[in-house]
Amino acid sequence: MIPLSWLIALSAVVFAIGVVGVLVRRNALVIFMSIELMLNAANLAFVAFANQMKSLDGQVFVFFVMTVAAAEVAIGLAIIVHLFRLRETVFVDEIHLLKG
Amino acid sequence: MRLPLLWIIPALPLAAVLLNLVLGDRLGKRGSAWLACGSVIAAFGFALRAVLHLAGLPEAERHVIEFAWTWMRVGDFSADVSFLLDPLSAVMVLVVTGVGSLIHVYATGYMSHDPSFRRFFLYLNLFMFAMLTLVLADNYLLLFVGWEGVGLCSYLLIGFWYERPSAAEAGKKAFIVNRIGDFGFMLGAFMLVTATGSLNFDRVFAAAPHVFVAGGAAITLAALLMFLGATGKSAQIPLFTWLPDAMEGPTPVSALIHAATMVTAGVYMLARSHVLFELSPVAMEVVAVIGAATALMAATIGLAQNDIKRVLAYSTVSQLGYMFMACGVGAFGAGIFHVMTHAFFKALLFLGAGSVIHALSDEQDMRRMGGLAPKLPWTHATMAVATLAIAGVPFFSGFFSKDEILADAFASGHYGIWAVGIVGAALTAFYMTRLYVLTFRGAPRLSHEAEHHLHESPPSMIAPLVVLAVLSVVGGYVGMPFQEGGHAFARWLRPVLEAGDVVVPHHELSHGAEWALLLVSVVVALLGIGGALQAYLASPGIATALRERFAGAHRLLENKYWVDEVYDAIVVRPFMAASQWLWRVWDSLVVDGLVNGVGYTLELGSGMLKLVQTGFVGTYALWIALGVIALVLHFTR
Repeated sequence: MIPLSWLIALSAVVFAIGVVGVLVRRNALVIFMSIELMLNAANLAFVAFANQMKSLDGQVFVFFVMTVAAAEVAIGLAIIVHLFRLRETVFVDEIHLLKG
Repeated sequence: MRLPLLWIIPALPLAAVLLNLVLGDRLGKRGSAWLACGSVIAAFGFALRAVLHLAGLPEAERHVIEFAWTWMRVGDFSADVSFLLDPLSAVMVLVVTGVGSLIHVYATGYMSHDPSFRRFFLYLNLFMFAMLTLVLADNYLLLFVGWEGVGLCSYLLIGFWYERPSAAEAGKKAFIVNRIGDFGFMLGAFMLVTATGSLNFDRVFAAAPHVFVAGGAAITLAALLMFLGATGKSAQIPLFTWLPDAMEGPTPVSALIHAATMVTAGVYMLARSHVLFELSPVAMEVVAVIGAATALMAATIGLAQNDIKRVLAYSTVSQLGYMFMACGVGAFGAGIFHVMTHAFFKALLFLGAGSVIHALSDEQDMRRMGGLAPKLPWTHATMAVATLAIAGVPFFSGFFSKDEILADAFASGHYGIWAVGIVGAALTAFYMTRLYVLTFRGAPRLSHEAEHHLHESPPSMIAPLVVLAVLSVVGGYVGMPFQEGGHAFARWLRPVLEAGDVVVPHHELSHGAEWALLLVSVVVALLGIGGALQAYLASPGIATALRERFAGAHRLLENKYWVDEVYDAIVVRPFMAASQWLWRVWDSLVVDGLVNGVGYTLELGSGMLKLVQTGFVGTYALWIALGVIALVLHFTR
């Protein structure tokens, strides 16, 4: 049995990698993958706690998160594809029309 | 006859206005003339029918109210559009529609060359509607609607020839001066509604003796505020200056609005509110003094004016002063009697003057008239009748009404006011004879062009003159003196004027005293006429000599005591200066500064804030991450 603290630590590390990925990478696809990393880090924490507390609630939440993530990927990828068609780039630092 | 059908009397001219607007120029000149005259004559017919119905009722029941609809209702207060016919409004409605009809007919001839013929009759009918609403209203609010309506039409018609700057100015002046009076009237009405909870005549007059202390400050203030409204509309001191300038309007307008009907609205309102005024002896005294002062002042100004219409305008102001004098000494009936006779002879004088002006191609200066009697026989004859009537020559209408006012002033113990009235009567006779002589007698002083154009007016203008001349003679016989229990006119008005709870002690003069007073007024009238004949006709040198002997006084009168200039200096200029200051300082700097300041502040703030909006997704993500870290730190501390 792996101790809970190890699982939480792993989850935190994966989440941090995701955050850093979102902040530092330019490629929209990679940013997307980083977001997925963060979601899955959260999922890991859910499962770990569910196991610890002998409760199914956490597991159910994970399913919801995965569903939402799948839907989000579908829309996100569609946006990125359109973006590429329009601007011929997926580097987010080249897309700054919202500048005030 | 079941219903007196009062609503239709004001509705007819209004319908003509609407038709005139809808049909527009398709009507043509003939069409609009027929429409306008027809509606007013029909209104006269309905008014006559209603008044006959009223006369058929027993004296105590002569108080017909016709409810049309509730205009507004707020809590206990309700304002109705409903009409009242009683002997007082009957007199007014007959005078307004009767004289109005004649003047409408006259105007079809007088205005026949004017390109804005249709617009003229549009305004004139609108005026009739407002005036009839005013005299038929059964509450102060509806009366005020008519009051403002006639003010508007007066403005529109004074400025009828708006391309003339003087006419436009005169219209504005009339409107603004009237607003001052109207403001007083409104404040007075507010006081009434606060005290009695209603604006309905019957209810106000029934409640007034109970809610107001007789002679107290509240009723005095209310009465004086209403009188301020009357001074504006009826051109009394201090608000009389607009009426002489109102002569810029077409002459039928001067006759209808600024002589016969609208300017008497103030007198009507006072007579209508006699219950309130009788509660306040101070207010009555003020009314009498203001009336007498106006009568004298305007009469003296009339002595030195050269414009035929201005003489008549000052004469109107002066005669209105007599009416207020009558009201002030408690003789409301005599005041209304003078309203009626004055409507006849003054409308006739204006229409006659209009006929002269028309004949001379718009010449108004009496110094370039003279010797017109043989050329304009009808105009001359009717004008002569009117002059005798206003001068107070016995057996003409003005004699009866003016004499009654003076007798009542004397009988009520106002000897000073009586004396002023007598002097004013002499002056009236003098300046009217001067007008007559300068216009019709002596050697012609016409310009060549006017002489060439000279012609008697068309029948449409002469016929009303003749009718009015007849009325100016016979109109006074309803008020013959020396009758037991008062004359016919006084008996007719009695249900209205003695309906109040306060009974004014009626002063009866002995027959001998009455004869003596009568004799005095006749003598001064004849003296005035004789003096003017002597000075202007028999030996014109006298007038010139007098003018040179009293050059200072003459200049004072010719310039109307510089009242306009004084008002200009103490009211208009400071007001303009204050407005300029408000514009340049308050409006431009403070108000605009506030508005622009808000704008500048927002622009500056957003200019700084927009630096945050880099447009890079990464930056936003960083802010989110930092925010999350801050939250986490905050909650885990």
